[in-house]
Amino acid sequence: MEKVEKEPLLSAKNIKLLKNPLGQDNPITVQVLGICSALAVTVKMKPAIVMAISVMVVLAVSNVVIAALRKSIPGRIRIIVQLVVIATMVILVDQFLKAFAFDVSKQLSVFVGLIITNCIIMGRLEAFAMANKPWPSFLDGLGNAWGYGWILIAVSFFREFLGTGSIMGFPVMEKLGVYNFGYEDNGMMILPPMALITVGIIIWVQRARNKSLIETK
Amino acid sequence: MKDFSNRYIMVFSVVMVVSVAILLSLTALLLQPRQEKNVEVEKKIQILSSMNVSSDRSNAVELYDRHIIESFVINTEGNRVEGVDAFTVTLRAEQRKPLAEQSLPMFIAVADNGDTLHIIPLEGKGLWGPIWGYVSLKKDLSTIAGVTFDHKGETPGLGAEINTTPFESQFHDKTIFENGNFVSVKVVKGGARPGNPHEVDAISGGTITSNGLQAMVHDGLIKYEKYLSQNRK
Repeated sequence: MEKVEKEPLLSAKNIKLLKNPLGQDNPITVQVLGICSALAVTVKMKPAIVMAISVMVVLAVSNVVIAALRKSIPGRIRIIVQLVVIATMVILVDQFLKAFAFDVSKQLSVFVGLIITNCIIMGRLEAFAMANKPWPSFLDGLGNAWGYGWILIAVSFFREFLGTGSIMGFPVMEKLGVYNFGYEDNGMMILPPMALITVGIIIWVQRARNKSLIETK
Repeated sequence: MKDFSNRYIMVFSVVMVVSVAILLSLTALLLQPRQEKNVEVEKKIQILSSMNVSSDRSNAVELYDRHIIESFVINTEGNRVEGVDAFTVTLRAEQRKPLAEQSLPMFIAVADNGDTLHIIPLEGKGLWGPIWGYVSLKKDLSTIAGVTFDHKGETPGLGAEINTTPFESQFHDKTIFENGNFVSVKVVKGGARPGNPHEVDAISGGTITSNGLQAMVHDGLIKYEKYLSQNRK
């Protein structure tokens, strides 16, 4: 397939690839993918941010690799090939973190390995990278990782703030002195079910504002 | 999607697997010295932190050499074992051996105020994986000067709180002996009794990690009981 005319790197179509997953095509709130890790790493903001960045690297690079190989990957083993690419990327990220950012790798610990099982990544490889060129795939990876990441960070903000009274580990509630007025942290916010409810509330707000997301019966 | 022959699929898989294997082994080999160095520095930071000396990656090695004056290995009888480097002992491997054959590392340190401290490494089980830590004892070999704990993958906000200062600082000035008998320090759910020298508060929502930590402190320190009793001044 020869290119006839050169498309600008950030054409309207490509910008859409970046922007849509943030809102109306969000992997978590609209496609409801990657929920498992959204529950696991959102108790505190720091791990959530690092997780978002790691997923971005893995998703963007895997997308590019799969898109570059898409014409030579046999259809019958494409899922295995995708898994191998993702797993390789995750191990590389993990190895590099251990060598160059040891403290970050300590914080993420097991969650880096769990990126392999993040449904968003395989979903994007299968749905987008297998059928598109590397550059749009790269943008699609970035966009979806951001869409995933900002939900993760938003959920972790509420859970950390309401559950432990701090933001990024800084004890805001204590500094404000609200404990003196009988305020208490809501311990339930740190438990996994509250992550699901927080995501649910975000979905509710999003659908209330954007009626086109509501399914017609 | 094109149809590929079986031969193509076989060749594709073999090439893919071999190249991925080469890539990963190369990375692992190249990065290994750096990673091992990081682990070593991390251990030094933790040993220092148990004696309330804060350090970072840049100065840990230097501070460690300044503060830790001696390290050796003893057995459960309290006698020194020669020929084993205390720093490289892995507790997890030792714990699988029969009690009498276990090497128990001990680090002797000098604090900034000139006090001699005995630092004992610990390892145990949390909810999701291993937890470990270091306890530094003052000259009476019963009063805790400081502790540091860490974990592999406890739940953030719950069990993972064991490596935070509010939890660790509770251990300061607790004692592990009562009238010459070993009692360890208990992690009490619902709150330690005020003024009790052998109790600290557990972590709410982190009961299994708290219990694991209590067991780790007890089981780890009791092996040193003979040595500590013999050498108490």
